[in-house]
Amino acid sequence: MNDCLWCNQAIIYQPSWRHLFTFVERTTLCDDCQSELELLNGKRCVKCSRKSDMERCLDCQYWSEKLGKDPLTANISVYSYNERMREMIAKWKYRGDYELVYAFRPMFVKVFKNHFLTQLKNFIIVPIPLSEMRLHERGFNQADALARLLPYYQPSILKRLHSEKQAKKTRYERMQTKNPFKLVEPINKPVILVDDIYTTGTTLRHAARLLKNNGCPEVYGYTLVRG
Amino acid sequence: MKNHFSLPTRIIKQLAGKRLLKRELPVNHQTYQSLTKLKLLHPIQPIIKKGFHYECQRCHNTKRSLFGMYPCSRCNQTHRYCRKCITMGRVSDCEKLYEWHGPEPNWPTHQQPCTWKGKLTIEQERAAKRIVTAIQLKEKEILIHAVCGSGKTEMLFQGITYALQLGMRLCIATPRSDVVRELFPRLKRAFQTVSIQALYGESRDKSGSAQLIIATTHQLLRYIHAFDVVIVDEIDAFPYHKDISLPIVTKRALKPSGTRIYLTATPRDDQKQRMKYQHLPHIFIAKRYHNHPLPVPQMKLTISLQKNLAHKQFPKSFLRWYFTREHSERQVLVFVPTIQIAEALKQTFTTLHSEIRSTFVHSKDPNREEKVDLFRKKKIDVLFTTTILERGVTFPAIDVAVLNAGHHVFDEAALVQIAGRAGRSPDDPDGDVIFFHDGKTNAMVQAIQAIKAMNKRGGFK
Ligand SMILES: [Zn+2]
Ligand SMILES: [Zn+2]
Ligand SMILES: [Zn+2]
Ligand SMILES: [Zn+2]
Repeated sequence: MNDCLWCNQAIIYQPSWRHLFTFVERTTLCDDCQSELELLNGKRCVKCSRKSDMERCLDCQYWSEKLGKDPLTANISVYSYNERMREMIAKWKYRGDYELVYAFRPMFVKVFKNHFLTQLKNFIIVPIPLSEMRLHERGFNQADALARLLPYYQPSILKRLHSEKQAKKTRYERMQTKNPFKLVEPINKPVILVDDIYTTGTTLRHAARLLKNNGCPEVYGYTLVRG
Repeated sequence: MKNHFSLPTRIIKQLAGKRLLKRELPVNHQTYQSLTKLKLLHPIQPIIKKGFHYECQRCHNTKRSLFGMYPCSRCNQTHRYCRKCITMGRVSDCEKLYEWHGPEPNWPTHQQPCTWKGKLTIEQERAAKRIVTAIQLKEKEILIHAVCGSGKTEMLFQGITYALQLGMRLCIATPRSDVVRELFPRLKRAFQTVSIQALYGESRDKSGSAQLIIATTHQLLRYIHAFDVVIVDEIDAFPYHKDISLPIVTKRALKPSGTRIYLTATPRDDQKQRMKYQHLPHIFIAKRYHNHPLPVPQMKLTISLQKNLAHKQFPKSFLRWYFTREHSERQVLVFVPTIQIAEALKQTFTTLHSEIRSTFVHSKDPNREEKVDLFRKKKIDVLFTTTILERGVTFPAIDVAVLNAGHHVFDEAALVQIAGRAGRSPDDPDGDVIFFHDGKTNAMVQAIQAIKAMNKRGGFK
């Protein structure tokens, strides 16, 4: 017996014979709260996971026009950014309720296994870092918290030089900003960048470009939500 | 102060009686260092272990599932933190809480602080006198049980006046932020020379440094031994009666010699028990200020209710009632159990009767204040609402309907409060209150009994 991480209601288990033989992960959200979260599936942009009837959405077409060669091979996101997800992310990241990351764990790990473990070998996971100042303020980095859920976690080889005031910028301005990252050590294996939200993809592409310019063969993005 | 260090009174007033996180202190880092060195700011352990469990020293949460752990990147340690009060800033082992141990600010004494010129009814006067006595004799607590529409706020004015004359500090706390917003302008008008602040989740000024504070009970998490008098309005409202932290912090916000005054129209069972066994001094005010009885709800059995609501339709009985009401000039407040039903029924109603101005409100509605205001100004005829409007709001001439009164959100207290929305004005002291149901519940029966009993005690038949 444990309580739902979001609504604090007790979660009642329906024991079945399977539980006797297999390891079942502790449920962290009650059924009601779980059903409020919307998994991304159905027709999606192959590049960025966004719901789209086109194979590549307009944003991704913009990227390939602008960059010529997109440094990011693809982004996979797990959930859509609906109202409940917005509330959960706000409480988790801005209020600092670290434990909420476990509410995302089952699906975040499952989708990772399905998409990456089956087709990539010998990769490394790189959480998108926060600036020193922001990290000090929050006490933890939400991207790092997500990366810790995955197999082969290791601390980030990226550093963030200046701060992340993205929210106030327009979409276009955000796509234009300077690269805020610095590489601590070059990597010659495929990299999976981990972050909480994919909005325009600017952040991931900055990191991807830096990695590729320093010998990294391929860069993917893995994000909890598609904004 | 004796030491070389002196702070502006404004800052002392902001610190006095508080228990704060470092980031909430109204001083810069250097001042903070000097104040802790001089032991004027006293650090306390944020989470302590008591036997087999932990206790948050801000909200007094002890529930295991409401503590979490996080790997802290400031000090590379894993810290325990409190999940319960986290919306007010995270309390964790990483950072101490601070209390002001310097001199108490001098709160001014006011000779004639009350600028309200109205006159109390005999019943209001009786309650007002009782409150003054409680403060005078430093009684620990007293409950004022006063029916909906008895004019509770005005009953407080003499007690507040008395306390301010002695230079006391007071707080009016309530579980609901709507009530804070409603009380604040009324008290500012009634005590124009007194410093008054409102504190609630979205309030801009969070300094909490006034002599008279009007706050949600949640805001009291930041106080300790601050007030001589704490008045808790709507003590039975959610979340106060369901949250064990709130009574504890309400008591903590009070000085050890202070007085707690509870106001309610619908006491909960635990309060009723304590009154019955003389553990809680109380006074009962049975009459509304306009001296008319409370409207008694009628039950209307509506077999098709669930089916209708599932199809976003109105039961015939409701529409028949709506269009044959004796006072068709009255606006109508329709209570429904859920947000979805409120929105859906509004839609249907507009499709059926576009000439009648209707809208909905609920807790997640960003325009709710504006809509309530429009209803108050009679620019809307029918308002579909969840229990959000069950209390704290006054409309002069309305009829009230509850659609699916058997739903569990409508407990006895909620139904009594809902019925109490009708007949508030002396110009129209009556109103229909109809419970549409498909099987009567104890809550409905008890609510009606309670209202009849209150009318009887008020001398009405
Ligand atoms: Zn839940
Ligand atoms: Zn795309
Ligand atoms: Zn707490
Ligand atoms: Zn720390």
